[in-house]
Amino acid sequence: MKILVCISNVPDTTSKINFTDDDTKFDTNGVQFVINPNDEFGLTRAMWFKEKQGATVHVATVGDASVEPTIRKALAIGADEGIRINAAPKDGFFVARQLAEIVKNGGYDLIIAGRESIDYNGGMVPGIMASLLDMNFVNTCIDLEVDGTEATAQREIDGGKEKISTSLPLIIGGQKGLVEESDLRIPNMRGIMMARKKALNIVDPIDAPSPTNDKKFERPAAKGPVKLVDAGNVGELVNLLHNEAKAL
Amino acid sequence: MSILVYTETDNGKFKKNAFEVASYAKNIADQMGESVTALAINAENADELGTYGVSKVLGISNDSLKGFNAKAYASAIAQAAEMEGSKVIIVSSSADSKYLSGILAARLNAGYVPNVVAAPEGISPFMVKRTAFSNKGFAHTEISSEVKIIGVSNNAFGLVENTTDAVVEPFDPSINDNDFGVKSVEVDKVVGKATIADADIVVSAGRGLKGPENWGMIEELADILGAATACSKPVSDLGWRPHGEHVGQTGKPVASNLYIAIGISGAIQHLAGVSASKTKVVINNDPEAPFFKAADYGIVGDAFEVVPELIEKLKEFKAQNA
Ligand SMILES: Cc1cc2nc3c(=O)[nH]c(=O)nc-3n(C[C@H](O)[C@H](O)[C@H](O)COP(=O)(O)OP(=O)(O)OC[C@H]3O[C@@H](n4cnc5c(N)ncnc54)[C@H](O)[C@@H]3O)c2cc1C
Repeated sequence: MKILVCISNVPDTTSKINFTDDDTKFDTNGVQFVINPNDEFGLTRAMWFKEKQGATVHVATVGDASVEPTIRKALAIGADEGIRINAAPKDGFFVARQLAEIVKNGGYDLIIAGRESIDYNGGMVPGIMASLLDMNFVNTCIDLEVDGTEATAQREIDGGKEKISTSLPLIIGGQKGLVEESDLRIPNMRGIMMARKKALNIVDPIDAPSPTNDKKFERPAAKGPVKLVDAGNVGELVNLLHNEAKAL
Repeated sequence: MSILVYTETDNGKFKKNAFEVASYAKNIADQMGESVTALAINAENADELGTYGVSKVLGISNDSLKGFNAKAYASAIAQAAEMEGSKVIIVSSSADSKYLSGILAARLNAGYVPNVVAAPEGISPFMVKRTAFSNKGFAHTEISSEVKIIGVSNNAFGLVENTTDAVVEPFDPSINDNDFGVKSVEVDKVVGKATIADADIVVSAGRGLKGPENWGMIEELADILGAATACSKPVSDLGWRPHGEHVGQTGKPVASNLYIAIGISGAIQHLAGVSASKTKVVINNDPEAPFFKAADYGIVGDAFEVVPELIEKLKEFKAQNA
């Protein structure tokens, strides 16, 4: 089985979000970039397939040279080869087109992307890719088993989960649940050394539209102080929620 | 031309978000001098949409579309958009709508913007405001493609009545076998309980509850409020509650009208996913818990004393306001 894991390079979850250039750009100053958490679950599931069922795992990212440490980290975790599409990721549509091109030329059986990346939260990349490539697609995937060319998956739905049967080639939008949190891997010294020798292929982008464009950013308005209610007077909370917040 | 809105149903009944997206579509239609056409799949009372400004409903009645299927549903919406010449399509931000929207965007070569929190700021150029960075920021995004898809965040726009006589027309899109490469085998869904995505009120608890055996009072509180129950990430990691209840940046997003957090510290990853909620209440025995900085109302106290008391007070409140 040949697997492609699509990786988004995102600000670490604890990052403070600021903007520069008159609020038109995300301020990367002092921000640590990491593998998007949803993709990390997918990458670990790909490692499971590699070790338990035999698979070749490639990782691909759309980005300039600054994303290479993130790709190297994926290689250190165990991916066999890295691909960097040398372009600034303009919007979800643009990114999906670039990745679809890699899939088209790479003969992959399984493409694992994250449900969404935690920076722009677009959540559209796997779906657009699936549609462009006319492949089966399972979103919010929390479990995946492959037997030959048949696949069974579970996906999270509002209020529960759904069991799905489908076949390869398949694209999933994955998330927590694909593997246990405790199974996520931290690269060890051997992995880091080996990653240095693995291929990191740099590919030119294709011409693709980006139909959306973030013109300006804004931080949420500062919040007033919390209104504290005495623990001995819980009724007052009910009163405030009813009369002041109109929430009851 | 008309604005097309995809209205979700659950067992034949419209979800609340169907009325919300219809309300949103009507707002845009008025700005653009157009009307609103809704697509409703196997809906029982399609004309209900008239209350929210829909003047035409394309009603699909098709057994093969009984259960949700992203590709087949996207195909039906695309065909409706092509037939109506719709350049703007409105969907909700539910898990299902997010699932089908990428497929739809590629099919219609459309720009898609999810998590939109307000009516468009401008029609030409077309600008919308959406959340980004897991609710730690907003982006003002321009959509430049001819066809545009907008995913409206839950509870962001609200329900706006605009009573119109809705004409219901049968619609029979061509759905083929190729649309069913992904088959639903089994749906395991809690029935008769509010879900985190749809609920007006969400009652959420964290590691401060000490163990799964203490969730009885959380469920009782949720029951009284008609609320959905949720939890912090460690609680689901520990197996105290199902994974589907984990909310936050890497869990489900919450955009309820009222969010009650009990024994949750308010780590940045938790807040990121729940801060879109309108009113936030925190109950925590540590006055330094970061959640107090993000909350509207708070009680510093032991959850095991405060929650039973709150349940009693809510029972009294309900009795008085019944
Ligand atoms: C990559 C990444 C992603 C993450 N994503 C998420 C996410 O999506 N959602 C999420 O929730 N977390 C997420 N986390 C974890 C997050 O950082 C916190 O660890 C988590 O939210 C803490 O959960 P908690 O508040 O229940 O537990 P704790 O941090 O243990 O806090 C428990 C709280 O309960 C209070 N308490 C204790 N006893 C009582 C009592 N008797 N009465 C009242 N209060 C009491 C304590 O004062 C404390 O504030 C993520 C972390 C990482 C690294």
